[in-house]
Amino acid sequence: MRPRTAVLAGAVALVLAGCGTPGGEAADGDVTGTVTVFAAASLTATFDRIGRDFEAAHPGSTVVFNFAGSSALATQITAGAPADVFASAAPQHLEAVTTADGTPAVFVRNQLVIAVAAGNPEGVRSLNDLARPGLKVALCAEQVPCGAAARGALDAAGVALTPVTLEADVRGALAKVRLGEVDAALVYRTDTRAATPDVAAVEFPESAQAINDYPIAVLADAPNPTAAHAFVAHVRSTQSRAVLTEAGFQAP
Amino acid sequence: MTGCLLDARLAVERGDFRLDVPLRVAAGEVVALLGPNGAGKTTALRALAGLQPLTAGHLTVAGSDLDRPDRRTFVPAEHRSVGVVFQDYLLFPHLNVLDNVAFGPRRHGANRRTARRSAGDWLARVGMVAHARRRPGQLSGGQAQRVALARALAVRPAVLLLDEPLAALDARTRLDTRAELHRHLAAHSGATVLVTHDPLDALVLADRLVIVEEGRVVQEGDAATVTARPRTDYVAQLVGLNLHRGRAENNHIRVADGLLLTVPERLDGDAFVAFRPSAVALHDGQPAGSPPNTWPATVAGVQRHGDNLRVQLDGPVQVAADVPPATAATLRLIPGQRVWAAVEVTETHAYPAG
Amino acid sequence: MTLTEHPVRGPVGSRRPRGAPRRGGGVPIALLLPALLGLAFLTLPLIGLLARTPWSTLPQRLAEPGVLAALRLSLLTATLATLLCLLLGVPLAWLLARVEFPGRRLVRALVTVPLVLPPVVGGVALLLVFGRRGLIGGWLDQTFGITLPFTTTGVVFAEAFVAMPFLVIAVEGALRGADRRYEEAAATLGAGRWTTFTHVTVPLVGPGLAAGAVLCWARALGEFGATITFAGNYPGRTQTMPLAVYLALETDVEAAIVLSLILLVVSVVILAGLRDRWISTP
Repeated sequence: MRPRTAVLAGAVALVLAGCGTPGGEAADGDVTGTVTVFAAASLTATFDRIGRDFEAAHPGSTVVFNFAGSSALATQITAGAPADVFASAAPQHLEAVTTADGTPAVFVRNQLVIAVAAGNPEGVRSLNDLARPGLKVALCAEQVPCGAAARGALDAAGVALTPVTLEADVRGALAKVRLGEVDAALVYRTDTRAATPDVAAVEFPESAQAINDYPIAVLADAPNPTAAHAFVAHVRSTQSRAVLTEAGFQAP
Repeated sequence: MTGCLLDARLAVERGDFRLDVPLRVAAGEVVALLGPNGAGKTTALRALAGLQPLTAGHLTVAGSDLDRPDRRTFVPAEHRSVGVVFQDYLLFPHLNVLDNVAFGPRRHGANRRTARRSAGDWLARVGMVAHARRRPGQLSGGQAQRVALARALAVRPAVLLLDEPLAALDARTRLDTRAELHRHLAAHSGATVLVTHDPLDALVLADRLVIVEEGRVVQEGDAATVTARPRTDYVAQLVGLNLHRGRAENNHIRVADGLLLTVPERLDGDAFVAFRPSAVALHDGQPAGSPPNTWPATVAGVQRHGDNLRVQLDGPVQVAADVPPATAATLRLIPGQRVWAAVEVTETHAYPAG
Repeated sequence: MTLTEHPVRGPVGSRRPRGAPRRGGGVPIALLLPALLGLAFLTLPLIGLLARTPWSTLPQRLAEPGVLAALRLSLLTATLATLLCLLLGVPLAWLLARVEFPGRRLVRALVTVPLVLPPVVGGVALLLVFGRRGLIGGWLDQTFGITLPFTTTGVVFAEAFVAMPFLVIAVEGALRGADRRYEEAAATLGAGRWTTFTHVTVPLVGPGLAAGAVLCWARALGEFGATITFAGNYPGRTQTMPLAVYLALETDVEAAIVLSLILLVVSVVILAGLRDRWISTP
């Protein structure tokens, strides 16, 4: 495992060298040590890659991630977990913790889509179709961000539907589409992207009413503030933006 | 043999253990299987009850086969007309006394009320009606034994089986219960088989004794015959006799090198000679005139035995002698002491071993 | 010389009147200390919950309709799941304890699988079998129009799946410990195997059975992972208390604490009540 990671990191470093100096984070010498990043579960795949890029750009630094639901992360931070950076899937969870540099910055946005089985066998085209009798729909519970967003979109479209389940997180909703237990679910575009080819995404215009902002901030009690600031800058760099966009996120 | 309610050859082979016991019991008869621990008595009882299938032989009750390995016939316990009183009674702890006794009748098709009435009758017969509402845990040993008997009899079994029915009781309770049990067994019209290692139980309760040692019948007969003519050391010990086997020629039996006993009977060939320990007299020297049946011996041990002392003697033969304490004091009977033993000819009893 | 009926063993000086209490401090410290630590470890989180309970707003929170619905559903499904476990688990325990068959050790190991399986995985596994596209669920759906996921029955299934091992293990242990000669006694009195089982074996293992049922019920009541995966989360139909607690944690920690407290109090009251009943019967 270790050697492979090293080779990969080396390759990334070469690519970086070819592109010239990456934007935003000039080579400041004292970015070393461990950066502990608490990030929303929906960021798992992209942040893993961004973390490797960061380590390659800053030899001597290590990025450690803790991926979980944003509210659980906020609870852990409030309870004193030693985190440097918090990337949340919704602004209210960042408001619950104390950040170092005032207003947290929104670095990406995520948009709802209708997730259906590959090939869209039920022919779902719009939010209205979800109210069709016999069609089984999974939503997120309103207590979690994807559920709140779904409620906003459905209200905006004036669609009243009775889901069969209100899932506790977006993965639960997506899993039920994948297993064929429901015909459709309202999830984030990034989630469907990760679930290709089992799941297809149907875009709908009302999703503009329910866009999720992802803020990121350095925490007030960050053990390694220098590296933490460098990491946040790296996340907001053009290079990382490309990684995020490829995964289905939108620029803020 | 006709007139036998129970006709069996109980053969069970299990690992190193082999049981092969022919058994016939007439209606109304009480037979005791008597033997030391591990002789196979309980296995025989379990085979009769249907809790242990035979590996050979047969078991027939009232003309119908219950277990016949050669014909692949086996009637399970619940379909046999047997009643069992287990060694520690095994009264169901979750049922009261009445329902324990009613359990059998219920299983045999009686409705709850009839079963309880019948159970009440049986409890009255064993004098336990006042304890009908008690739980088994609240009963004394003797009471539990009576309830167990009532429970076994309540199914009106053709064959009543009792496994060491008095072994769990203390000496005092045992005396009363034994007498009472005798009454109930005598009243039972079916066949009764009693398993015990206590000769007194067997002698008091049974019409006939079947002595089992190491899975085989070594002696069989009524109490008088068995007590008078033991055929194994075990039986001799049970009935309290010295028993020796030897070659007889006229009224002499050679029981060991250098010891020829004179007996009243005239016999030829293999024979037993038996005499009571109290018939053995001890002397500090060779009796004058060299009477018959005297030999030198060494004291191996001394124990109290009733009012007397029982002296174990080594010598040409091992013999037990009962002597009054006064004699013991005079002779200084301590282990290792050398003495002379003597038995009157008229005190011996010889019979063929063949 | 007088013979005593009850010989006294040991030195005369150590005699003490029967029934007199032993001298104080009989519990060795090496046992007492870890015992108290263990007790503290188990009860401190409970105290933590109590300390954070918003007592002033408690009445309003209790009156919220969703709370009662989730509580009722939890009690109903846990009880039904326990009944299902008794119906299937007691015969299974009997089979494991009393019947020699090839592969018995393997079967015994399989029974404990739900114990080691993460409940969420258990829920996925249930979907793969009883789901709309599942091995059995597909057939049920097409033949009878019966679907289990997202139904209260589905909740009962999920709870029974994770809780049954507790019952089976407890009952099997009780059956192995029970004196089989009582069953033989029943047979000689004319009871067949089934009657013996219902009239003798089951009452004999009563305490073990009760303990198993209590464990099973408690496990079913707290079940979360398999339930939300297999049955989903819908208020009044599949949202049990643990699911409600989990979702409340997302937005309102105090609400989550109140819900947890209700679940705790109700289950402790019920278990304590049942226990008194069982202990009072000899």
